Amino acid sequence: MRWLIFLATLFVALPLYALEPGEALSDPAQESRARVLMAELRCMVCQNETIEASRAPFAAEVRTLVREQVAAGRTDNEIKTFLSSRYGDAILFRPRLGLSTWVLWLGPFMLLGLGAIVVVISIRSAREKPSEVPLSTEEQKQLKNLLGTGGDPKQ
Amino acid sequence: MIPELGHFALVLAFALALVQVLASFAGVSTKNDRLANMAAPAALAQFICVGTAFVVLTISFLSSDFSLNLVADNSHTAKPWLYKLSGVWGNHEGSMLLWVLILAGFGAMVAYGTRSLPQDLKNRALCVQGLVGLVFLAFVLFTSNPFLRLDPAPFEGLGLNPVLQDPALAFHPPLLYVGYVGLSVAFAFAVAALWRGEVNAAWARFVRPWILLSWSALTIGIALGSWWAYYELGWGGWWFWDPVENASLMPWFVATALLHSAIVTERREGLKAWTVFLAMTAFAFSLLGTFLVRSGVLTSVHAFANDPARGVFILAILAVTVGGSFALFAWRAPLLKSDAIFAPISRESALLFNNLLLTVCAATVLIGTLYPLVLEAITGEIISVGPPYFNSTVLPLAIPLLLAVPFGPLLAWKRGDMRGVTQRLMLVAFITIGVMILTFVLTRSSPGFAFLGIGLGTWMVLGSAKDLIDRVKLARLPFATSLRRAAGLPRAAYGTGLAHAGLGIMIIGISGAGSLHDDHVAVLAAGQSLNLGGYELQLDTTGLYEGPNYYSEYGDFTVSQNNRVVDQLRAERRIYPAEGQATTEVGMHATLWGDFYVILGEEQDNGSGWAVTAAIHPLVRWIWFGALFMCFGGLLSMSDSRFRIGAPRGAKARQTGNTAS
Repeated sequence: MRWLIFLATLFVALPLYALEPGEALSDPAQESRARVLMAELRCMVCQNETIEASRAPFAAEVRTLVREQVAAGRTDNEIKTFLSSRYGDAILFRPRLGLSTWVLWLGPFMLLGLGAIVVVISIRSAREKPSEVPLSTEEQKQLKNLLGTGGDPKQ
Repeated sequence: MIPELGHFALVLAFALALVQVLASFAGVSTKNDRLANMAAPAALAQFICVGTAFVVLTISFLSSDFSLNLVADNSHTAKPWLYKLSGVWGNHEGSMLLWVLILAGFGAMVAYGTRSLPQDLKNRALCVQGLVGLVFLAFVLFTSNPFLRLDPAPFEGLGLNPVLQDPALAFHPPLLYVGYVGLSVAFAFAVAALWRGEVNAAWARFVRPWILLSWSALTIGIALGSWWAYYELGWGGWWFWDPVENASLMPWFVATALLHSAIVTERREGLKAWTVFLAMTAFAFSLLGTFLVRSGVLTSVHAFANDPARGVFILAILAVTVGGSFALFAWRAPLLKSDAIFAPISRESALLFNNLLLTVCAATVLIGTLYPLVLEAITGEIISVGPPYFNSTVLPLAIPLLLAVPFGPLLAWKRGDMRGVTQRLMLVAFITIGVMILTFVLTRSSPGFAFLGIGLGTWMVLGSAKDLIDRVKLARLPFATSLRRAAGLPRAAYGTGLAHAGLGIMIIGISGAGSLHDDHVAVLAAGQSLNLGGYELQLDTTGLYEGPNYYSEYGDFTVSQNNRVVDQLRAERRIYPAEGQATTEVGMHATLWGDFYVILGEEQDNGSGWAVTAAIHPLVRWIWFGALFMCFGGLLSMSDSRFRIGAPRGAKARQTGNTAS
């Protein structure tokens, strides 16, 4: 049976945890920085997975790159620039603010502002008293009748 | 022969849906009641037909009838019966049939489950429901027919994707669909109201239980999906901002907003047009979610249907539904005047604030999900929008909303007393600060801001409790009196409290699991151990065994804490030969305070042992406990007596009901 499993593993992509023994950097501060970075990078050959979580060889390759760069003392920004020039902008899960992405980044806050204006206007208009047209005698009579017989307790 | 019966029933259902739409439309337009009243029996007959088709498909799956193309592609004789059953909706065609079944079921419930619903409103709503059913039946029959035969029939089926062979995932799609499709009822009532040109408190009271049902089902359906991802995908993640997850989150945000705005319509006859608008938007988001998942336009693990014809069909449904209903809205909404008057500090204003943030959250998820698609279509530029984007846009929107949650139920309608409410929440605020300090001290070794999130969650849980405590006047009146008040409190009050507290519990879980997790990977041979977070994990043995439809490599582990054995775990890697795929089965030592999570990796080439990963996910279970609370709260509100339409309402119920939310 063992050979069967072995055979199967040859053809099957195993969805497994991405960490491999011996991959991690020895300095815990550097390692945690590298991990944070990896969680913001996309595994380009996978479907919506991060470099940190993916088992694909591509992800392992980029993990090695990121760790090398972190160990070499590069800043996060330098590493991201390096990776996006090498693999394209799509590797960044956090798109950079630019000409083609300002709607993406500012859109939600513009909508919030717009919505806030609408809410303020509707609250203000809800405060206004309805126009005070005096009741006609007919209406006053109706009102008296209603009050006399007791209205809906809800009112 | 039996599958043909199902096929025939489905065609008949299509014809009945057509009758339902035409008869009710003609009847309502010409004020011919006998014609219009045909809608209800047609809806019931349609449900019976779709039900027959569904039962037939289920029988075909359970009996492994591989002469059906769908069964041959998605089932296997060696599968346990539960997964033969869930295989019915574990594929595109079957899941669309389930969609239509739930739709027809809700149609029948509107027709016969709500006796005191005004006949005219019912007929109009059934007309709209029938139209939705008609369109989706056409979709199933013409692009996704589950009853297509295969000749010659194969001896064995291809099987079901093994990651989908899981109890949580067996019930994840039906629950999500109850949520999505339940919103179609709210949509039908919204369009019917526009058609009539009238929205009143009674209308909101008819719609509210449906919104609550959809919301509860969506909540628990999304949570099940997340729970499944946590233990099945094998790296301990529980939310990925995957486009398909977003597709269910968007209708959830809008349904949550709708749930709250409908309260204003019901209690104060306010926000009428807005509530109608939200009801239509919520269903539009359901359709959008169906489109995104079913058309395969997204590159994501869930998009297993890659047929552009289907995509175009659903897109057409979406365009017509959204275009048609919003055009109707633009035309008729001016008829829906709300003359509710309220002060800037009032429950109405608080609910407006809630609606503003929730709809902007939904819009943000929409922008982030569709942006890469649109950008690529327009400029050819390829970008990825992932978790960092959503975390840094949705969280800042959510935090003020969550902070405000305890204030809402304490504020009075029309004119609230902010200073009074703040005073009532003083004690809660002090306890919250205490909890934050305690958390900060306990977690100071790990980076991150867990204490802020845990504080926020605590604030919400205690704030919700405070509302209930105040309402029964606990400790201010004799205990027996408080108890009597507690019994008299409407269920909706408990529902609100539970749902809000559940959200707080979930926030605590998200904060703990999101910023306090830790992991460690090592190569272990039998007898060796690793240490993580105060736990010692020892690999005892490894071995192989054969399951019903898979082979497994497993490792048995002992978990100890302070030299005391606390648990024995098994972690596996399973190979499914029929499907040619593998899954991981993680080992978990679960406690209320966190999970100790073990993943068996590969055997090392040099024979030094196995790669073993241990991870700690603090408070992670609170996420799903919270969701359970929320779902239960929603269902409790739904069972409130004031929604039991036609039930006699006592004077007492009316009084307490008046202050309820």
